Amino acid sequence: MSSRELSWLPGTLTVARREIRDQLRDWRILTPIILLTLFFPVLMNFTANQAVQFVERYGADIIGDRLIPFLLMVVGFFPISISLVIALESFAGERERLSLEPLLATPLTDGQLYFGKIIASMLAPLGAAYLGIFVYLIGLFWRLGWQPPLPLLVQILLLTTAQSIVMVTGAVVISSQTTSVRAANLLASFIIVPVSQLIIGESLIMFWGRYSVLWWIVAALVLVAIVLVRMGLHLFNREQLLGRDFDDFDLKWVKRSFWTGFRGRAESIAGWYRELLGETLPQARGSILIMILALLVAYWVGYRAASEFALPSDLFRADRLQGALGNELSSFGLLTARGWLWVAWNNIRALGLASVLGAFTFGVAAVVLLMTPIGIVGYFAGNFALAGGNASRVLGGLVLPHALLEVPAAILAGAAIVQLGLAALSLPKGSSLGASWLEALGKWARLNLGLVLPLILAAAAIEVFVTPRVAMALLAGVP
Amino acid sequence: MVPPAIMRGDGAMTPLIETLELGKRFGSLVAVDQVSLRVEAGEVLALLGPNGAGKTTTIRMLASILGPTQGWVRIAGLDTVAHASQVRRQVGMLTEHHGLYTRMKAMEYLAFFGEIYRLRPESVEERAYSLLDRLGLSETIELRLGAYSKGMRQKLAMARALLHDPAVLLLDEPTSAMDPESARLVRESIRGLRSGNRAIVVCTHNLHEAETLADRIAVIRKGRIVAQGSPEELKREFLGSPIMELRVAGSLDGAARLLPHGATLRETGPNWLRFQAEDPETVNPAVVRAMGMAGIEIVTLSEIGRSLEEVYLSVMQSERSN
Repeated sequence: MSSRELSWLPGTLTVARREIRDQLRDWRILTPIILLTLFFPVLMNFTANQAVQFVERYGADIIGDRLIPFLLMVVGFFPISISLVIALESFAGERERLSLEPLLATPLTDGQLYFGKIIASMLAPLGAAYLGIFVYLIGLFWRLGWQPPLPLLVQILLLTTAQSIVMVTGAVVISSQTTSVRAANLLASFIIVPVSQLIIGESLIMFWGRYSVLWWIVAALVLVAIVLVRMGLHLFNREQLLGRDFDDFDLKWVKRSFWTGFRGRAESIAGWYRELLGETLPQARGSILIMILALLVAYWVGYRAASEFALPSDLFRADRLQGALGNELSSFGLLTARGWLWVAWNNIRALGLASVLGAFTFGVAAVVLLMTPIGIVGYFAGNFALAGGNASRVLGGLVLPHALLEVPAAILAGAAIVQLGLAALSLPKGSSLGASWLEALGKWARLNLGLVLPLILAAAAIEVFVTPRVAMALLAGVP
Repeated sequence: MVPPAIMRGDGAMTPLIETLELGKRFGSLVAVDQVSLRVEAGEVLALLGPNGAGKTTTIRMLASILGPTQGWVRIAGLDTVAHASQVRRQVGMLTEHHGLYTRMKAMEYLAFFGEIYRLRPESVEERAYSLLDRLGLSETIELRLGAYSKGMRQKLAMARALLHDPAVLLLDEPTSAMDPESARLVRESIRGLRSGNRAIVVCTHNLHEAETLADRIAVIRKGRIVAQGSPEELKREFLGSPIMELRVAGSLDGAARLLPHGATLRETGPNWLRFQAEDPETVNPAVVRAMGMAGIEIVTLSEIGRSLEEVYLSVMQSERSN
């Protein structure tokens, strides 16, 4: 029997075609798609019409103007929400029906199967979304004579597509990590919650009328989609899909995986520190570099922002500064042990929050959060400079003593979170997402406990006992 | 797409399936351990073992679905890790669970797999009709697969595995869900698939199936091959030399004393005796001669059939006691 070479695209499309054919035979998928494509846009059209007529009576035309594009986005979003359901079902459903193994036994590559399923999950709902948008626009043009500005239409189409890609790639990651559709649906909240927050955010932006922000959202979604595709490709392999069960909660395994990362091969505390400094820290050098760059950028942005949003220059007069500093010393309990605990606890809390946020955003939110105080420092330094003061002297007095330890602590803490985020993206071959993440969590804890925490405690002590004295001494001569 | 037999440099043929010290671990669980197999073209090997013995994991490694954690597998001379996609093109696999798409019809289903193997549509159609006919499914092509019985589904899965005419056929419990008639049909089909260019591995715990289909049997327990050989070799190894039964006209009358060297008496009855013949080809004629000279009339001299079940139980018992 003759056969031709199995090239990449035909194999992918073969998988996608079968899935789409299967979807189009399933009334449970077809019915909502038809309703959301034909009935829902008409309903939205009616809503827009009524709303415009109503607000015009009160001269609030702006509400109508903002509502129509918002409904355009909603009309596009509803059908693509079905792609989430299809994608969640894609691998977990095949596993459950035991139809995955025959497919895995074919010459199809992991990538062909993965992309075939992504295309199949997206195509029908996305087609329905475009059709729905078209129906909605036809109706608006017919009844109100409204035409969308081309950039807005492009934005909505791109936004709809990017949202669909993000939901589908995320769902495929979840689906490939579960053994049943039920488990996949339970885990879907990891997608539903962020996406619903995103839709709320987009709605606010659209009612605010800052449509240019939507371009940034599209760009961010594309980045997230790339990350998720990469992650999905890494996680989707025959071993993972057939080799083991993922649904069982095994506390011993959780502890073992975490402990592997936290303890490493160390037999003593000295050995643990040697491994931390000799292995864990060098492993994080890329993330450390990212953090250093991010903090430099934050300082620069803050400094530049001062010229755009300058504070009144008399706020930076030396006598006012000294007075303010004196007040701070007494109100925050500086120069006392209570003040030291307060500062340390505050910093630990901030890093904890950054870690939690970073854990769910591949480290991005943590980096942004840690950039904020440095940006503020830059902003004040800029204002000092604008007020004609000596910014480096002020910084040297108010920030530098404790910053010498606190900034490295922030860099290391941020790097540890970035490493944790990256763990999900660069899994060692053969290891599962859970095991890799738990091991990375162990290393995160190792870095934080071994280096960040001592640095924070020491920095807090300097901030409370040394910095105020240095500041008072230095600022006494500030012009 | 059966490839021509592969000739090695030394003139010997490369076996279509070859494994060396193959092993697979899932965390701390050793699923397969030190499995070395060799299946030549034209040969049928049965992997026989209880549930959870490692048969399916072994077959998945042969099909390049799972990668070994130890040792290697070569299919038609190709390493299953380095040339996974090429290996899978040479392999047809009947999975333990048929895993059909229930909204499809048989021809559509086979056409889908034909497309995956990049077979020409016209040859897929021709081959699919022929396979469906051979497996007794030609009457059902208008039905959705969801309406198929378990046996029909298994037969269609078999057709799927054969669609691209693979050089290596891996069958995981091929008759497990079938009624006796369907099982017989499938077994006959498997026998019909034996060809000079194809190697077949059948995973089963059906001893009769293993005995009737296989040239060689590998008994697997807890991931290790504990016995391997042809059914006759295994019987000889685990149950000893064949047992012969001699029936005479009238009473034995001391016939037992006439047994020649190489025949060991096992049992006697009023007009029969059973002996173990180390080498039946020399011992049996000697027995006949001795009886004839003593004037004892022989009614029958035949071998007592020993089942593979006895071999299997003996292997398992000796493994357990070890």
